Amino acid sequence: MSFLGKITLDAIPLHDPILVVTMIGIALGGLILLGLITKYKKWGVLWHGWITSVDHKRLGVMYIILALIMLFRGFSDAILMRSQLALATNGSPGYLPPEHYDQIFTAHGVIMIIFMAMPFMVGLMNIILPLQIGARDVAFPFLNNLSFWLTASGAILMNISLVFGEFAKTGWVAYPPLSELTFSPGVGVDYYIWALQISGLGTLLTSVNFLVTVFKMRAPGMTLMKMPIFTWTCTWANILIAASFPILTAVLAMLTLDRYMDFHFFTNDLGGNSMMYINLFWAWGHPEVYILVLPAFGIFSEIISTFTGKRLFGYKSMIYASGAISILGFVVWLHHFFTMGSSANVNAFFGVMTMIIAVPTGVKLFNWLFTIYRGRLRITVPVLWTLGFMVTFTIGGMTGVLLAIPGADYVLHNSLFLIAHFHNTIIGGAVFGYLAGFAFWFPKAMGFKLNEKWGKVSFWCWIVGFFVAFMPLYVLGFLGMTRRLNHTNTPEWNFWLYLAAVGAIIIMFGIIAQVIQLYVSFRDREALDDETGDPWNGHTLEWATASPPQAYNFAVIPHVDDIDAWTDMKEKGQAYITKSSYSPIHMPKNTSAGVLMGAALTIFCFAMVWHIWWLAGAGLIGAIAVFIKRCYCNDVDYYVQPDEILETEQAFNLSGREGVKA
Amino acid sequence: MSTLSADLASTNVDAVSTHDDHHDHHDTSGDTVFGFWLYLMTDCLLFASFFATYAVLFMNTAGGVSGKDIFELDFVAVETAALLLSSITFGFAMIAAQGQKKALTLAWLLVTFCLGAVFIGMEIYEFHHLIVNGHGPQHSAFLSSFFALVGLHGLHVTAGLIWMTIMMIEVVRRGLGKATVTRLSCLSLFWHFLDIVWICVFTVVYLMGAM
Repeated sequence: MSFLGKITLDAIPLHDPILVVTMIGIALGGLILLGLITKYKKWGVLWHGWITSVDHKRLGVMYIILALIMLFRGFSDAILMRSQLALATNGSPGYLPPEHYDQIFTAHGVIMIIFMAMPFMVGLMNIILPLQIGARDVAFPFLNNLSFWLTASGAILMNISLVFGEFAKTGWVAYPPLSELTFSPGVGVDYYIWALQISGLGTLLTSVNFLVTVFKMRAPGMTLMKMPIFTWTCTWANILIAASFPILTAVLAMLTLDRYMDFHFFTNDLGGNSMMYINLFWAWGHPEVYILVLPAFGIFSEIISTFTGKRLFGYKSMIYASGAISILGFVVWLHHFFTMGSSANVNAFFGVMTMIIAVPTGVKLFNWLFTIYRGRLRITVPVLWTLGFMVTFTIGGMTGVLLAIPGADYVLHNSLFLIAHFHNTIIGGAVFGYLAGFAFWFPKAMGFKLNEKWGKVSFWCWIVGFFVAFMPLYVLGFLGMTRRLNHTNTPEWNFWLYLAAVGAIIIMFGIIAQVIQLYVSFRDREALDDETGDPWNGHTLEWATASPPQAYNFAVIPHVDDIDAWTDMKEKGQAYITKSSYSPIHMPKNTSAGVLMGAALTIFCFAMVWHIWWLAGAGLIGAIAVFIKRCYCNDVDYYVQPDEILETEQAFNLSGREGVKA
Repeated sequence: MSTLSADLASTNVDAVSTHDDHHDHHDTSGDTVFGFWLYLMTDCLLFASFFATYAVLFMNTAGGVSGKDIFELDFVAVETAALLLSSITFGFAMIAAQGQKKALTLAWLLVTFCLGAVFIGMEIYEFHHLIVNGHGPQHSAFLSSFFALVGLHGLHVTAGLIWMTIMMIEVVRRGLGKATVTRLSCLSLFWHFLDIVWICVFTVVYLMGAM
């Protein structure tokens, strides 16, 4: 056994010009970034203000930055795939050989679900949820920091696979027996396993953390049925995470044992059963899509009620509908593989359950429509995303009901119709929701609003691009094109493939517009400054704080009497009141334990991928040692002193009152 | 020294909560135990997945041995007794800890540790015995799922033993402060949870397998 395990110089893919250019780009970009940080002496700020921070708002911002970076990476993969398929028609091989193309579509799926959508959703939840329930932080601030670094570790591992070795060529679901050692002898599947395993652990810890926060740390007076709707949908999502991610952990552990220790869970020989993997995978995977979309539903609800200036229609039915979706989400997993060949009755059960999900989802849509009805809807960027979602998601939902019919699914299984369907719901549902939430809460997190004009440009490019890119895939599905093809030789598909590529380019302009929007807004941040902390005349408690919020969120924890607690406070004249004196506020101290554990576990996973056993042992022991040391550390908190609080509150309340007058 | 600072910290906390009209610094030990309990529920689902896999795969012996051929119930009964007994002794340790009896707490923890170690020792012996007789996990899907399910439980017990060691050191050095008792409560939940899981393993794997 070699000192460096399986790693050799051949592991670096210098033979592939696309990868070499990417590597040079990443290296140059990284060096420029490090240089700039050094030049402007920002290392201290970065370390003390962000990396070691246990402040939920800062962690939320870091999650979203991670999500945006991974969005660029995942979208680059999408452009590569669409351009390959547009070029590789009529029997032409295109420019991406199959072994590279297969890695790209696998990476695209993993990145977009695990490292774009999840961090985006967790980031928004981090920033907003504690503020909405009137809490000063989450229940376990250190654990929150650790969760972020575990997620980041997974993302780093994903990107290391670009430089060292390869990524999985199995598709993002990594079905055995293809993902077994016999058929995937390289390190790609191992990267997949460890990247998902480590980030999944982070997500699981996040869910436990936020469930305790919601159940134990709500402001006095806030009963469960007075919680803001976004908090409620996040809570349902957290329940789903706690109930489904252990299944992912288990199934990945079994695949690991198969690959590393010659076990036979899913192999073709010695009694293994690959369908067991597929069942377990989707017992996690289907709830996962509701984990992504439920918080987005919450965001839309907040936005619609805020910008119509009305109470949300059907608040309670919204909560019960979310609960129904959460529960039904656990009894539909088999619809991902009707073609497995279970009995007609089994398929019928799962088909019917799947269709029933359309009912609570429909309840939600009507609630949003009734909220808009007879309201004065202000057409802002968050509202545009919401309206775009309502149209797009309805189409995606209906094609989902089509796919839920087992007979129809036998024809459409693994066709591009399926690809169009799930992009329709995940982009049109979850991603539009996060982008709406991003525009809505950006001023709260950063202190200034985003430029409206570029936001609208971005929205229109996204939605037009989306329809141009994905509607052709429905047609291609009906024409018989299956997913994961590397090149085609069917002339009647060509037009639709070209059209889809054009759609992807239009979406690219949407993303470019978002980058421009961020730049323009940062440049004009003085003019876009949010002094009141309440730029949209909001309803819930996050708008009762400054923008960006005070480190301690609330100088005095408010008493809640209404679902729309902040509206209620404004009406009663309780907003922007400075007390004559304040009590000291108890706050958690920063810690480097999270980032150190993340680093140690990244080393552990990397070493496991390459079979460098001594390094894996060192990484694991290092992570455990840091954790134990942290657990037994008593010096974990400090007090914000009353005079400091008084000063902060006076300044904020003054500008808040002036802003309201103006 | 560290005990002193812990005490100081706890008096500070009390002072704050009495001065503020709202409960802005609530009792976090309850949150910790609740959070840990939630984590245990996720752990329960991890075991459930391994149980489900075992239930699907246990008949897939690939022409090799089945449970009836390899399980020795007498041996496992002793193993089980050791673990179940350790749950009672941990209960005694918790009663002693609640009563602030440091020496007694340590004594019961030590007894619990020994019983846990007996359990793990016997399990390692069983695994070793099976592997040297050619019934290792690589020989069939049944053996794979058996080793994984029982091994997962064994890993948990091992982690519990390491945690218990650290807790004994903490009790010796810091006594039975509030934070320490909270940690002991979490470990106690963990330990009893592993007992319940073992009852399921014993029933589903060994009893039903040997029948």
